[in-house]
Amino acid sequence: MLSIKNLHANINDKEILKGINLEIKAGEVHAIMGPNGSGKSTLSAVIAGKEEYEVTEGSVFLNGEDLADLAPEERAHKGVFLSFQYPVEIPGVTVTNFIKTAINETRKGQGLEEFPAKEMLKLIREKADLLEIDRKFLSRSLNEGFSGGEKKRNEIFQMAMLEPKLAILDETDSGLDIDALKVVANGVNKLKSSDNAVLVITHYQRLLDYIVPDFVHVLYNGKIVKSGGKELALELEAKGYDWLK
Amino acid sequence: MDLKEKLVSSFLAFENKGILDLDSSVHSIRTKAIQNFEKEGFPSKKDEEWKYTSLKPLLKHDFSLFSTNEKSIGFKNIENYLINDIESYTLIFIDGVFSSFLSDTTHDDCDVCVLSSALNRPKYKMIVDNYFNTIAKNNNSLSELNTAFTKEGAFINIPKNTIVPKPIQILNFSTGSEKEILLQPRNLVVVGENSHVQIIERHQNLSKNTTLTNSVTEIFVHKRAIVDYYKIQNDTENSSLIDSTFVSQKQQSVASVHTYSFGGKLTRNNLEFYHEGEHITSNLNGISILNGKQHVDNHTLVNHKFPNCESHELYKGIYADKSVGVFNGKVIVQQEAQKTNAFQQNNNILIDDGASINAKPQLEIFADDVKCSHGCTIGQLDESALFYMQSRGIPKKEAKALLLFAFGNDVVNKIKIPQLKTRITKLIAKNLGVNLGFEL
Repeated sequence: MLSIKNLHANINDKEILKGINLEIKAGEVHAIMGPNGSGKSTLSAVIAGKEEYEVTEGSVFLNGEDLADLAPEERAHKGVFLSFQYPVEIPGVTVTNFIKTAINETRKGQGLEEFPAKEMLKLIREKADLLEIDRKFLSRSLNEGFSGGEKKRNEIFQMAMLEPKLAILDETDSGLDIDALKVVANGVNKLKSSDNAVLVITHYQRLLDYIVPDFVHVLYNGKIVKSGGKELALELEAKGYDWLK
Repeated sequence: MDLKEKLVSSFLAFENKGILDLDSSVHSIRTKAIQNFEKEGFPSKKDEEWKYTSLKPLLKHDFSLFSTNEKSIGFKNIENYLINDIESYTLIFIDGVFSSFLSDTTHDDCDVCVLSSALNRPKYKMIVDNYFNTIAKNNNSLSELNTAFTKEGAFINIPKNTIVPKPIQILNFSTGSEKEILLQPRNLVVVGENSHVQIIERHQNLSKNTTLTNSVTEIFVHKRAIVDYYKIQNDTENSSLIDSTFVSQKQQSVASVHTYSFGGKLTRNNLEFYHEGEHITSNLNGISILNGKQHVDNHTLVNHKFPNCESHELYKGIYADKSVGVFNGKVIVQQEAQKTNAFQQNNNILIDDGASINAKPQLEIFADDVKCSHGCTIGQLDESALFYMQSRGIPKKEAKALLLFAFGNDVVNKIKIPQLKTRITKLIAKNLGVNLGFEL
């Protein structure tokens, strides 16, 4: 599904990613852990196509297709979804209108017809229920005045609506209390299938109790320094990162 | 001969054309006005109120003051400019001349007709004497010029306790019958106690020829009356508009003026509110969305003279290419005007490096027990919001449009006529170059 080879990326001429190699197959859940400043969020932004980052070397392929020249929206149309660590507030655009636009633009990008309005509404309700989102919430301005938990829940709600091939969850657990964490993790687990893959980026092992990874990678100073099974996360939780440096 | 000389020397011929009864008091008002204009002349950039807007290039044109060739205009030529999915009264002017054929007037429960007949009929003498040129008087040389050449425009007279059942649309068309034409419509609106009226006004050039419109509107709002006045400014690149609108309000009245500036070469809006009683509400809303080399200057004044009144002002601007915006919002709270609530907000987005905005909030507060606030922002599109939307599959162009839509949304939401709201929404979408699948 996702194949990253020798990926180097800069921001403002400072090299952040220094040769990342990562293979993710359909049906797998991967976790990337690492201390602050190791390049975790940069990696997710580069996969999603954020323009400020310059890829200087290496490649990112999704299902055999090079993502290098694709705009962020084109990557989204191919099935990349990034759940933001800090979702952006957009006053004046309701959650419902935003997701409708996102879905219809994505379908347009995929050469599909617009989603019928009535069915869209049904789907929105269904997915909102899955994430225990209050209906009233759907007519509020996107992320404006949302609590940290509401923002993250809204991200996963959008993921549920868009049904991506590759979902990248960037620090989705930050700012969540344990109940919200369970709801979010439960949502992600329900969306998981043999056709899609999930890349979880996190500081802590906590989220991985609920979204259980098949592989855990440790990112340090722009490189993956260690990979292993889910037990690696527990080891990191106990020992910290120092022993890997 | 420059334009000023031409205007002054044409005045006598205009006066002698005999459109007025000789004993009309309007004669002396006009004579006085031309004298004032002759003395003052056109404003220049040296004038503080015109610091950011130059009329100089405009005044070089050799404007015809009247249309001499009548062009035949049918309903199909103008219907696109009407809000035609609602019932309404319409006042249609073609090159400054009223078209009774295209218009739909009334004298049933209220008068929706033309100023020329109001100026000439004894029945309306009282109204003309009491209201005409009472607030526009001595205000600025351009409104003096309009007064001197007052000939035609809308006359709307709503008696007390009358809810006008449908909106009134005032449309001024220029047809290109002259190569360059100066039009000076003059509107008088008097709304009686407890009455309610909605008015939509538009100026439209139907040709590629040059049009300069110098329009003056006086609006009198009596006790507890409600007036909603909408200005749609979406004219061609060869059209310029100087609009002076004066609102005088009596106690407990509510007057709202909405200004949507989407097009035209140069647009100057002078909008002034004067309070003549307590518990008055004045609302000033505006959106400007400009591109190319368009120039819009919004000059507003709210003069709080009595206690317990409020004013709410919200102007938003989106400027692309090399367009220029000016916002000058003056709020005066006089010493007697205790317990005033005056709010002003002006937010601007500059899309391109070549665009500019000159914003000047001006508050003069002489009372000590008041709530006044003002906020002014100038910014760019939020790049992180754009990336967020793109990452959800929304292309950059649509993402930009959606952000800009959202930016202007609170102003659009103040429109009380749903069909007009739809029209304005569509105009905004067109100006932003997108077709959004929903209304915000």
